Amino acid sequence: MRREPVLRVVGKLLIPYMLVFALYVQFHGDFGPGGGFQAGVIAAAAVIFYGLIYGLPAARRLLPDAVVESMVAAGALLYLGVGFAGLLLGGNFLDYFVLDRDPVAGQHRGIFWIELGVLITVAGVMLKIFYMFAGRGREG
Amino acid sequence: MDAFASHYTYWVTVLLMAAGLYIMIARGNLVKKLIGLSIFQTSVYLLYIAPGKLIGGTAPIVSGAFKVYANPLPHVLILTAIVVGIATLALGLAIVVRIREAYGSIEEDEIVAADARDADRA
Amino acid sequence: MMAVTVIAIILQRNLYSVVVLAGIYSFLMATVLVALDAVDVAMTEASVGAGISTVLLLGALYLCGGEEAKPMQRPWLPLVVTLVIVGALVYGTLGLPAFSDPQAPFHTHVVPRYLQQGPIETGVPNVVTAVLASYRGYDTLGEVIVVFTGGIGVIALLRRLRRGKGEGA
Repeated sequence: MRREPVLRVVGKLLIPYMLVFALYVQFHGDFGPGGGFQAGVIAAAAVIFYGLIYGLPAARRLLPDAVVESMVAAGALLYLGVGFAGLLLGGNFLDYFVLDRDPVAGQHRGIFWIELGVLITVAGVMLKIFYMFAGRGREG
Repeated sequence: MDAFASHYTYWVTVLLMAAGLYIMIARGNLVKKLIGLSIFQTSVYLLYIAPGKLIGGTAPIVSGAFKVYANPLPHVLILTAIVVGIATLALGLAIVVRIREAYGSIEEDEIVAADARDADRA
Repeated sequence: MMAVTVIAIILQRNLYSVVVLAGIYSFLMATVLVALDAVDVAMTEASVGAGISTVLLLGALYLCGGEEAKPMQRPWLPLVVTLVIVGALVYGTLGLPAFSDPQAPFHTHVVPRYLQQGPIETGVPNVVTAVLASYRGYDTLGEVIVVFTGGIGVIALLRRLRRGKGEGA
């Protein structure tokens, strides 16, 4: 597929836009529809699109298996880390208002970090599942 | 007839649910069963979100220009449900791929027959 | 339109076209959700149902083969069971509140508190994000763990051991 000029051109136009859109959805999730899950899926879709056009080895060079597998775990750890930070700073588990002197700013911080954790895990899992299915190879 | 106009959304949901259920129990191909499962799941999303809509309201993003909002609680539930649904679909498809490699087919009758043959031989 | 798509999915035997029809069904569902003012859910359903699901199904079909066998016997029993369940469900829905009734307990129990206090307590105008991330943050943690478990489950099922086709069991 990498020889097809139409796909290559369309891919080069669309993939950066998809990645930026994923970031937009992630950070704008407070003010419009969006949030971690949608952003993670869109980001994974951008990389899957790249992998479909240029081949799975090219996608694996871009994001090796070790990176993707760490992403899967890192997001969940980040989320739990925010929860425990609330615990250590004096509140209950997953309390956000203790994270800053002003409770509302604390809420903002807490929501920002957990949405980031959600983005990393969801993008990592979707991408890893794609790698597993595409890399299996038919046995017959 | 008044009952029809006010409950029409529930009946659409029931129709989709029935279609998903029928695919799951009446078709033998494992991949098609999984697609039936996902249709069933989406009909349940409709069941939860349809009652949340208020005519004349808007999406639940608070701003000064609107007074009436759709109910945000089912949105949260269903967001979680959608993501859990794809995790289920991915795991189900992984199991189907392994079944195919072990039995050589993904039709339910052939798999059951192969198991019965193995049980007879053992 | 969704009913037509679903009936086509039931009757089609070529699985690749069934996958495309499932993608169309997902997009129609996302459109219906936007009409119901559920914008967050519509975005998630469109990206997940029409994007990732289609990719996964196509990947699985590549590994499994794309044609469905003809059913052996006429499926009367499943049809009867489905119709009985439809009858029971329709009877049940007659007791549910009418569409868009603002006085239904659905709307008056705890939601007004979230809609009023949410932006003030959390500083986030999108009430869905506020509830998801702050008021019900524990449930979202559970969801992230479920996604994580799904991912490692797929890894465990489909990992190939190094050098050759040997799998333990």
